[in-house]
Amino acid sequence: MKILIVDDFSTMRRIVKNLLKDLGFTNTVEADDGKTALPILEKGGIDFLVTDWNMPGMTGIDLLKAVRANPHLSNLPVLMVTAEAKREQIILAAQAGVNGYVIKPFTAATLKEKIEKIFERIDG
Amino acid sequence: MKTDLLLMARDLVAALEKGDEASSDEILDQIAGLRETQLFKEIGRLTRQLHDTMVSFSVDSKIAAMAEHDIPDAKERLHYVIAMTEQAADKTLTVVENLLPISQELNDQADQLAAKWGRFLDREMPFDEFKAMSTEIAQHFQQSRGALEQVQSGLTDILMAQGFQDITGQIIRRVIDLVQELEISMVKLISISSRKMAAGDTAAIHAELPGPVVPGVDDKDGDVATSQVDVDDLLSSLGF
Repeated sequence: MKILIVDDFSTMRRIVKNLLKDLGFTNTVEADDGKTALPILEKGGIDFLVTDWNMPGMTGIDLLKAVRANPHLSNLPVLMVTAEAKREQIILAAQAGVNGYVIKPFTAATLKEKIEKIFERIDG
Repeated sequence: MKTDLLLMARDLVAALEKGDEASSDEILDQIAGLRETQLFKEIGRLTRQLHDTMVSFSVDSKIAAMAEHDIPDAKERLHYVIAMTEQAADKTLTVVENLLPISQELNDQADQLAAKWGRFLDREMPFDEFKAMSTEIAQHFQQSRGALEQVQSGLTDILMAQGFQDITGQIIRRVIDLVQELEISMVKLISISSRKMAAGDTAAIHAELPGPVVPGVDDKDGDVATSQVDVDDLLSSLGF
């Protein structure tokens, strides 16, 4: 299980990375915005995408749309971890095909629960 | 105004054609008078404008000074806040990453020794194994001492790294003061120029993405999710 973590703040990437490690996911890669994330995804081998929304260059929502539009990536599970909390934004992300939505600040338990839920649905 | 002038001009031509000098002089005076009132009105308008400009200039220069010095200064301060918070988070994370395996190892050792100790208490342990366990326990104590020293110093590092809060808090407070000052000047300027802002103009000031919800500021309209529970409720209402 290889996970790509996309966030423009390196501290947030580290926090997510360490939480994932704690959950038993040790194989992670990082990118600092959608622009750098997309080539990594297109190269293949990524099983799960955790992305922020508000990033310079290419935002998380645009990354999500690009992923869903790409036939090779369209089924990739995507978890959005973001400070964006407007209802219309959450709806927008849902319509764009997000698999989970966690708002910052979040707890380790919340992240765990959302990730497990996503994998349950995929396996089931 | 134009029709007045035209009427007077026609009357003037008629009077001149008739050779009525008294009437033509009177009409000429009227036309001159009309021009004068227009002139005075215009001078009055310009004077008022000059006055307004002079008054607004003092506010304007304050805003100019803010734009020139205080705003870039505030931007720098805020960049510093980002740098400091990042540094603190980085330091804390590094310590945690270093300490977690140490505590994990001690934990594993303690688990193993506890199981052996249990067997010893239940008198299920041969003497040779007991001797080996004694050595292991001695080793465990020695390793614990070193490891706990590392944990202690790491915890102190984490403690010290939190010092950023004090400094960044002060910086942000100063920036808030500046923004308040700027706001007052802008309000003055707007009231002086008495130009009402179009309703659409204020919306454009906001950034495209709302960003983090600041409690008490961004959650007044009820259009934001203030907790993960809100998010989950919304998503489940959408069939998630």
